[in-house]
Amino acid sequence: MASGAHGPDLDKRLEEIRQLHGETIPFDKFANLVTRFLDHLTSEPKEPDSALLSELSALATFIDQSRHDIAAIQTGEVGETLIPGATDELDAIVMATAEATDRIMDSAEAIEGVARDVGGEAEEKILGITTGIYEACSFQDITGQRITKVIDALKSIEAKVDALVDKFGGQSTGERRKGEAAAVENAKLSDAELLNGPQLPEKASKQDEIDALFASLD
Amino acid sequence: MAVDKNMKVLIVDDYKTMLRILRNLLRQLGFMDVEEATDGSMALQKLQQHDFGLIISDWNMEPMTGLQLLREVRADPKLKHIPFIMVTAESKSENVIAAKEAGVSNYIVKPFNAETLKSKMVSVLGDF
Repeated sequence: MASGAHGPDLDKRLEEIRQLHGETIPFDKFANLVTRFLDHLTSEPKEPDSALLSELSALATFIDQSRHDIAAIQTGEVGETLIPGATDELDAIVMATAEATDRIMDSAEAIEGVARDVGGEAEEKILGITTGIYEACSFQDITGQRITKVIDALKSIEAKVDALVDKFGGQSTGERRKGEAAAVENAKLSDAELLNGPQLPEKASKQDEIDALFASLD
Repeated sequence: MAVDKNMKVLIVDDYKTMLRILRNLLRQLGFMDVEEATDGSMALQKLQQHDFGLIISDWNMEPMTGLQLLREVRADPKLKHIPFIMVTAESKSENVIAAKEAGVSNYIVKPFNAETLKSKMVSVLGDF
């Protein structure tokens, strides 16, 4: 919008804001500017442009409504109750599966002990079976990593909600939880980008694909 | 030259269950002298204290990742000769390339089976 188009007072105000905030201004300042622009238009002696006035009125109403709507989301509940509750449940899953896996491994190791006492062909067969049990128990490592990814995603959502509230001038209630997003920011970018955890089964590379890639790097 | 199954093997993973699985599988293969570490820093301390014939390490650990451990090992004149197998859920091509560039001896993607573990150990140690 060309300078001088709306009167010296408003132009001066616009320039002050540009000096203070650059080309990006906080939302509440923008809302304030729209309101003052409306006031300026309606206080001018000549007849204001009714279409422009109508648009700006609608914009001011929308801004006001948006602020109320965001306040109504009760983002404090997100940070204080919903996300901590969800992450606690997920942590409990990891612990429970770890305990169950330990009990399974205890049993498999005990079976191996008995197999050694028995000896012979029976021992070989039993050891083959317990090997299968150990291989299967590695699921607990994979599920733990997947759950960690979910927890990281939840914390990231919480951070974005907080940022949205701040931008709209709302009050962030409760204490912000520092998630692993902060730790990732401090890590070297290249190493952090390599920490992705297990891929979904349909997307994960199989061992033979890894072997082929590895051999090609020789 | 025959592989000395009495060698010390260092297994590194932040999941205790995975350490237990690796220990049991190594025992079944005849490797009884196994030391454990739950992250790269602890692993480096043990590497300075004992002579190891093989390192088997996870990648995703804190505060030191398996990749950082690998770089430390390869940078140390006393340790750089030790075969290093990465056992990890990180299966993207970029991970394999980064590990290879850092000097990994072989790479196993989780979940894995006993046969894969043995074949990769044979590839870096020789037949046993």
